[in-house]
Amino acid sequence: MDLVIIGNGIAGITAARHVRKLDAGARITVISAETDHFYSRTALMYIYMGDMTYTHTKPYEDGFWKKNRIDLLRDYVERVDTDARCLHLRSGGTLRFDKLLLATGSVPRFAGWPGEDARGVQGFYSMQDLDRMEADTAGVQHAVVVGGGLIGVELAEMLHTREIGVTLLVRSDWYLPAALPEEEGRMVNDHIRARGIDLRLKTELAEVLTDDAGRVRAVRTNHGDEVGAQWVGIAIGVAPNIRFLEGSGIETDRGILVDRYMETNVPGVFAAGDCAQHRTPPPERPPLEPLWYAGREQGATAAFGITDRVRPYAPGVFFNSAKFFDLEWQVYGRLQTTLPEHERTLYWQHPTAEKAIRLNYAFAADTSGDGAAVPRLTAVNVMGIRYRHDVCTHWITEGTGIETVLQNLGAANFDPEFTPQHEADFVAQYNRQTGRSLTLKRRRGWRQRLDVLAGS
Amino acid sequence: MTTQTLDRPRAERTAQAPFPLSADRPSFDQVPTYDPSLSLTGNPAYHPSAGQKVALAAVGLAALACLAGWASGTGFSGLLMAVVVLGFGGGGVAYAWLTYGRGHAGTHNHGIMFSAQQARGHAGWLWGILLTGLYVLVYWFPQYLAGLVAVFDPISNLLGYPEGSRQWVMYGSFYTLAVATMGVRAMLKYRHVRYQRIRTASVMFCQLVFGYSLPYLLVFFGQPELYLHYFWPLDYDGLWPDTFGWMPLAALIFGAAMIFIGTPVLTYFFGKRWYCSWVCGCGGLAETAGDPYRHLSDKSLRAWRIERWMIHGVLAFIVLTTLILWANAQWGVLGPVAEGFKKWYVFFIGLMFAGVIGVGFYPVFGSRVWCRFGCPMAAILGLQQRFFSRFRITTNGSQCISCGNCSTYCEMGIDVRWYAQRGQNIVRASCVGCGVCSAVCPRGVLSLESGPLTARFGTPQNNLIEDLDILDAS
Repeated sequence: MDLVIIGNGIAGITAARHVRKLDAGARITVISAETDHFYSRTALMYIYMGDMTYTHTKPYEDGFWKKNRIDLLRDYVERVDTDARCLHLRSGGTLRFDKLLLATGSVPRFAGWPGEDARGVQGFYSMQDLDRMEADTAGVQHAVVVGGGLIGVELAEMLHTREIGVTLLVRSDWYLPAALPEEEGRMVNDHIRARGIDLRLKTELAEVLTDDAGRVRAVRTNHGDEVGAQWVGIAIGVAPNIRFLEGSGIETDRGILVDRYMETNVPGVFAAGDCAQHRTPPPERPPLEPLWYAGREQGATAAFGITDRVRPYAPGVFFNSAKFFDLEWQVYGRLQTTLPEHERTLYWQHPTAEKAIRLNYAFAADTSGDGAAVPRLTAVNVMGIRYRHDVCTHWITEGTGIETVLQNLGAANFDPEFTPQHEADFVAQYNRQTGRSLTLKRRRGWRQRLDVLAGS
Repeated sequence: MTTQTLDRPRAERTAQAPFPLSADRPSFDQVPTYDPSLSLTGNPAYHPSAGQKVALAAVGLAALACLAGWASGTGFSGLLMAVVVLGFGGGGVAYAWLTYGRGHAGTHNHGIMFSAQQARGHAGWLWGILLTGLYVLVYWFPQYLAGLVAVFDPISNLLGYPEGSRQWVMYGSFYTLAVATMGVRAMLKYRHVRYQRIRTASVMFCQLVFGYSLPYLLVFFGQPELYLHYFWPLDYDGLWPDTFGWMPLAALIFGAAMIFIGTPVLTYFFGKRWYCSWVCGCGGLAETAGDPYRHLSDKSLRAWRIERWMIHGVLAFIVLTTLILWANAQWGVLGPVAEGFKKWYVFFIGLMFAGVIGVGFYPVFGSRVWCRFGCPMAAILGLQQRFFSRFRITTNGSQCISCGNCSTYCEMGIDVRWYAQRGQNIVRASCVGCGVCSAVCPRGVLSLESGPLTARFGTPQNNLIEDLDILDAS
């Protein structure tokens, strides 16, 4: 089997590694126009900040690919011919395939603002973007970043390390409202502002103003304010990178349409990662999932389809994490930022430190023996505190009762040793609010984790 | 196919493809990572304040005082020592406070890869050569350091230290000053992690008390100079027969109990970190003065292969040497052969490896070259940790984003990410449990833990081939 994978990001590379394990005889070629080797896109910011070099961001040594017989090709695919089953490359050649995986990722979204093509205005996704940012931010005094997502705050932190002033335009009332409830979102607001970032909420970009040389000199917001800036980062989201598929016969909508096995309408042609769009998404998942973790799992799923071991995409309990400057965030389960009628939330915040724990729970339709509805854990959200993936997922999957979770909450703690633990405070607050008298039975620890996972 | 007018990706509107290919496309391996000049201002992420410059000037003054003492040959006893200690110590602590102590706590390794000093630029090489040269002089040609040695004459005089071995007072004083000053820096740098504060305080305490004050106090009271935090095989002659002639019986019993009972028991419960990153003097220097260079360790598989052969070779060498020396003491059959083993061991391992290469090469190979490749104590602790210890670094499920901060800042050259990205725990002989991988992780993926011996390695969590149950859930 000749397998060609377009894209050497996490989805494409995970697929390549899994196909190699599942089929020792497959010929695997990975094409990328971006870099010679797989690197971790999530670490781009650290290269700019000087925490790491490009070499540090490569998860495998260069010899890994030869050893595992995965051929790497630096080229750009201009056109996919699904009838002849071959690819037309920019370098002039063609490449035949039996099976094809499209893992081309995405490109930064632009909203069609006047002046957005000016020099010094860019998105942040690829190694080429980093290169351009390095060149265009040299000597810059002030920059504007547009977008209240994870890339927006990354750009702000990056510029901050170079002592470039940052104005951050965010459309909503607080940071990341699609993922964070108001309390956590406002904690992020405060955190960003404390770093000296000029965070402007409920503000959008209206226009980019340029100088005579065609370079950005300022932006105008939707409130009519003008902010002087010699560099503008656009981080309002990404869109699948699929333009080269026009006329290929591969069905697309916003992304490449795939079934639950990550296969497109063309047999033997698969798609995974940012560029893929589920025709029927798994329960509680959106059709497009531009997340590192989803890319990894979709890539692995595609590998099973490619090697004719069909397993549907079933990503399990949702999770995500991020870091806003120095503030870590983890979420497990589907966190409803606006509570549905049958759901409740328990929220505790440290009086002085930037730490918070939130447990959401729902009154399930079924009832326990005495007829009362049993409230079951649905989501865990922590700020400035680390929780265990397996323990939280276990509770959510099992639909563990909220009071059982509370009594064992310490077992979920994953902070470094000696870090003050706050689960007892959380339970005490619950007792105050409800008049109950629960006690915290388990604290942080491996043994405690094992006990919870074993259900004892 | 539908395309939303307002959400079009930029590449669709411009003729330019997202990734322009040309003959001179950048190869990102070649992007320079540091300013190769000696300038302190070439780093785009380094903006020293006026206060920081003053603090650096104090450190520079101390360096000048060393030079003055060395050139004078007499040391101007007292005055220069005060300038050296206050300049290095006070200036260093002030600089660390101004850099890490104020403002927001958090992992801030920004600019390290642009630093000529920390990223093997000219300044780093120069510092490495200077340090190495100093070690060579202290070990073999102390007469050329007479003036510098004399700077610490006030202490040598107080102890009644004989001429000819006073270079060790100078060396010990600088060593301890470095651990103390850079220890404060490490505590401030990692102040957001309590484990780091406590652990750093522990290595500082051990060096200041067991590595400096206590031995000199013993000398002051006319007792043998004992370093209680070293025992065989690190204090290699601790079990050699000639030691039994002079060492107090209590110290001999303590040393033997530590290596045969204390070490395995403590390592079983806590891993080798109880010693390497909490007690040991070499580890203490690495964790404090060596911290700015921790990322320079080699993470390649090749380095790991060399490491395993070399460190266990050293262990075999010292076990053999000890046995031969005892056999010789008993039956006297080996004569010069036994003495040869002893001499080679002391020269290659005790002096060359532990000192010249181990510390002198900090700015080139990182802070734990000795601990990783040459320390027989680390070899013993490592074997115990690998096969018989409750210690492991736990990986948090699937949360790893493969960014590489953990591997980059592992001083022992462990490719932590290799395990973390497949959701597997890290059980490695070399891990000294410094905990920095956990501190630099931006996603809360790593934590040092102790637990039952079973399932120490954990089950890979985000590798569907080895973890099929994720998909079987549907």
